[in-house]
Amino acid sequence: MIQAILKRLLGAVPAIIGVVIVTFVLTRALPGDPAAYFAGPAGSTEAIEEIRVKLGLDRSLPEQFVSYVGDLVRGDWGNSLTTGQPVLAEIADRLPASLELTLVGLLLAVVVAIPLGVLAATRPGSWIDHLCRGITTAGVSLPTFFTGLLLAYVFYFLLGWAPSPLGRLDPYATAPDFVTGFYLIDSLIAGDLETFASAAKQLILPAITLALFVLAPLARMTRASMLGVLSADFIRTARASGLRPTTVLFTYAFRNALLPVLTTLGMVFSFLLGSNVLVEKVFAWPGIGSFAIEALVASDYAPVQGFVLAMALLYVLLNLLIDVAYGLVDPRARLEA
Amino acid sequence: MSATPSAATTATPVAATQSGAVALWWRNLCYVFGENPLSAIAAGLFVFFILLAALGPWLVPYDPLASHVGDPLSPPSAAHWFGTDALGRDILSRVVIATRLDLGIAVAAVALSFVVGGLMGAFAGYFGGWFDRISTRVSDTIMAFPLFVLAMGIVAAMGNTVANIVLATAIINLPFYLRVARAEVRVRRDAGFVEAARLAGNGELRVLFHHLIPNILPPMMVQISLNMGWAILNAAGLSFIGLGVRPPEAEWGIMVAEGAQYIVSGEWWIALFPGLVLMLAVFCFNLLGDSLRDLIDPRRRT
Amino acid sequence: MNALSNPLLEVDRLAVEFRTRGGTVRALENVSLALAEGETVGLVGESGSGKSVLSFAAMGIQDAAARITAGAIRFAGQDLLAKKGAAMKALRGREMAMIFQNPRVALNPIRQVGRQIEDVLARHTDLLPAARRARAIECLAEVRIPDPERRYAAYPFELSGGMCQRVMIAIALACKPRLLIADEPTTGLDVTTQAAIMRLVRELSAERRMATLLITHDLGMAREYCDRIAVMHAGHIVEVGPTEALFAAPRHPYTERLIAATPVGAASLAELAAIDGNLPDLRRADLPACRFAERCPRRGAECERPLALAPAGASSATHLIACHRPLTAAATEARHAAFA
Ligand SMILES: Nc1ncnc2c1ncn2[C@@H]1O[C@H](COP(=O)(O)OP(=O)(O)OP(=O)(O)O)[C@@H](O)[C@H]1O
Ligand SMILES: [Mg+2]
Repeated sequence: MIQAILKRLLGAVPAIIGVVIVTFVLTRALPGDPAAYFAGPAGSTEAIEEIRVKLGLDRSLPEQFVSYVGDLVRGDWGNSLTTGQPVLAEIADRLPASLELTLVGLLLAVVVAIPLGVLAATRPGSWIDHLCRGITTAGVSLPTFFTGLLLAYVFYFLLGWAPSPLGRLDPYATAPDFVTGFYLIDSLIAGDLETFASAAKQLILPAITLALFVLAPLARMTRASMLGVLSADFIRTARASGLRPTTVLFTYAFRNALLPVLTTLGMVFSFLLGSNVLVEKVFAWPGIGSFAIEALVASDYAPVQGFVLAMALLYVLLNLLIDVAYGLVDPRARLEA
Repeated sequence: MSATPSAATTATPVAATQSGAVALWWRNLCYVFGENPLSAIAAGLFVFFILLAALGPWLVPYDPLASHVGDPLSPPSAAHWFGTDALGRDILSRVVIATRLDLGIAVAAVALSFVVGGLMGAFAGYFGGWFDRISTRVSDTIMAFPLFVLAMGIVAAMGNTVANIVLATAIINLPFYLRVARAEVRVRRDAGFVEAARLAGNGELRVLFHHLIPNILPPMMVQISLNMGWAILNAAGLSFIGLGVRPPEAEWGIMVAEGAQYIVSGEWWIALFPGLVLMLAVFCFNLLGDSLRDLIDPRRRT
Repeated sequence: MNALSNPLLEVDRLAVEFRTRGGTVRALENVSLALAEGETVGLVGESGSGKSVLSFAAMGIQDAAARITAGAIRFAGQDLLAKKGAAMKALRGREMAMIFQNPRVALNPIRQVGRQIEDVLARHTDLLPAARRARAIECLAEVRIPDPERRYAAYPFELSGGMCQRVMIAIALACKPRLLIADEPTTGLDVTTQAAIMRLVRELSAERRMATLLITHDLGMAREYCDRIAVMHAGHIVEVGPTEALFAAPRHPYTERLIAATPVGAASLAELAAIDGNLPDLRRADLPACRFAERCPRRGAECERPLALAPAGASSATHLIACHRPLTAAATEARHAAFA
């Protein structure tokens, strides 16, 4: 098992190399003179020249690439012009906010989509089946940023149920001591239920917005793969052996149906991380997405590149986790690894 | 939406039974529309959007860029059906005018990735070898990124222009077309009719362009229609965060962004109408994509 | 159908329909069949004749689209159709079991085969986990799987087709059922494996006095392993009889053609006769009383009249046919004698 995981880790290496090459190309593709950009609008000619040498832009591309990779490994992802902080530190600082939002959104989506897909597949033609189809078609058509605004309008402005859609905590609460960076967890560790409630309230609308978007592909895939599995021969065998419906449904059908769903999860993460940026902007969520947007608006490129790289590495990591989970569920994949 | 390439479609040449195929197509069409009235609605919406895009400038009641055609921030009324924004511009006019830009970006991006990705995939599938390995690597590398994030990075690096939005959207769509084309060409590469064309003295390129590529068009069309909605969403998302299209230009994503700050103070119409229309357009393309897939590839009906 | 005084399974004038978009498929009509304890009965007939529908109905695992519109199914004197879902499930796998074709896909691909046997044991017995495991290994040994302790942890993809079928049999027989339905158990296996599997089924049924319904396309196999044969055509049972009598002197024209169409009955390939025409479309509203009539060379005016299984002759109470114009025993015997 450990060996299989190590093999998969090795399998992720080409993806990481590809990602690094692309981000390198993107940093060098800056319109005009990158040095001029990094020098900022006020940079003098000497300053630009200095930066050019400092960035190694006077050297050959392979040399530049090697030093780029060296910088990345050493944790030097450049500095943010607007805040003056190292990009990596900024990203590390804001990553927990993004991750908390993403994971809660994913959790919500999974908790709704999978039972929905299973129910729709076990009762074809019923109202729940139609509901599932409706949700899956409508869900993928929702522009995340728009649903977020609508939710904020309805639940904050009209109904007043949700707090104002600004940030992770209401202005009167103080952030819990840093342990994991996830406010929900940290506040519980600190035993501060008030902060927990405040964090949860702030989190719920953006998380629902995210969940609404990724619900559709998940439910659709669950339904389709569950339908396929339920008509499989081995389900008939299980039924012919008189196994309890719950055993047939969970131990036999569901575990098998999970495999294609796990595969889709890769795509779902791609959507999730992308929509995350939009949701962070709508709800002024202090994660790496809004960090990148602020930098974009200020034409501050190092944070944007750092953001792209961080997201890509995160995505590679998530795909790796999916692979490992797949191996846990499917013995055939374990062998191939 | 669906990223799965339909690898195993039957390898029958389109030319084989042209009239029979048309009849079958027609019957399928009736079936799809009969089965799912939503398809008919989607087709109607599609025509509606095409008309809006084509005739928009002649339809709009006000100049979409002119401020103070009405009082700023006035809610929907008889004079301004969708209300006015902070500058007193007519939202209805702006929403209608934006159709052309939004659909244009999506169509251009999808067309670009269709042509480039389709050709790369067809070559990779047909000839295999190093070209296949390289193009597969390229598409895998693109897919190693969360796609919207990659698009952000590309636009940020290449410059904040509409052309680069198109390019970025095309690049993140490329792998889907490449994979479908590659898989479809591979299953047909050694089919009887291809072999026959080769034996008849056709060169490899001729076989590829005259016999194989026409046959992979149907699954590629399905991919296009499934991708269109997503391409529109991506482009609008990029403008929402301030990339590409710049104000005062009318574009759905920007308009939603402009309306965002007013939502919390209750001026809902500024963001609502462009958002709704955007949603409707994406919904229409997604529905159409599903119907088209049912039509062309009935076995994948779910 | 009263040839058996005390049948274990008794299907009595059963009718099964499928309501589909294209119309109602009358898949079974007036089907009667009985199995006694310890007896092996073969069910033969061309593809689509309703063999699987019959066995699924007997097990109570028919499709959701299936409707049982008439008749009864009794097992050891209990009316199965009157049983509630739970009572039926308790019977399935314990008293009556079934094995299927394509063993590779008929097993859960991501569960260890030993665990799959245990699932059945857990459902139907009170064995504790440790005892269950021991019993599962014993089951594997009973179906002559070498090294059962190690194979317990194997996944189906790690086993050959023949091994998978043995596992299927082990699952079916884990609770020592009184009835085994084998739906084409050897399709997709090579010839030697086929023989091994069939010998295994025969040995185990003899050992346990288990009634066995063997569904097959292979008349040779049916002849070798079955005490009696039932012939199905388009949802009807057209002939039932003791194996030797049926092969020696088939009385129904369809049985006769079926035997003639099989290498066993024909002396040479030249003698191999295909059966004319196809099965009638079972969705038709105007299905004739005898569903074979349209393909039958002996068809006559009386073939329009209602039809039921009846003894083939005064001397043969156990040989039943459903035909108005049967072949005479003498004629077919003479024909078959010529090939012998
Ligand atoms: N779910 C269903 N819906 C509609 N018709 C069905 C269904 N299942 C079976 N049938 C019909 O019932 C008839 C009998 O099918 P069945 O599967 O019992 O044949 P069979 O004798 O087992 O054939 P084979 O030898 O190929 O297994 C066929 O005409 C088939 O089309
Ligand atoms: Mg069958």
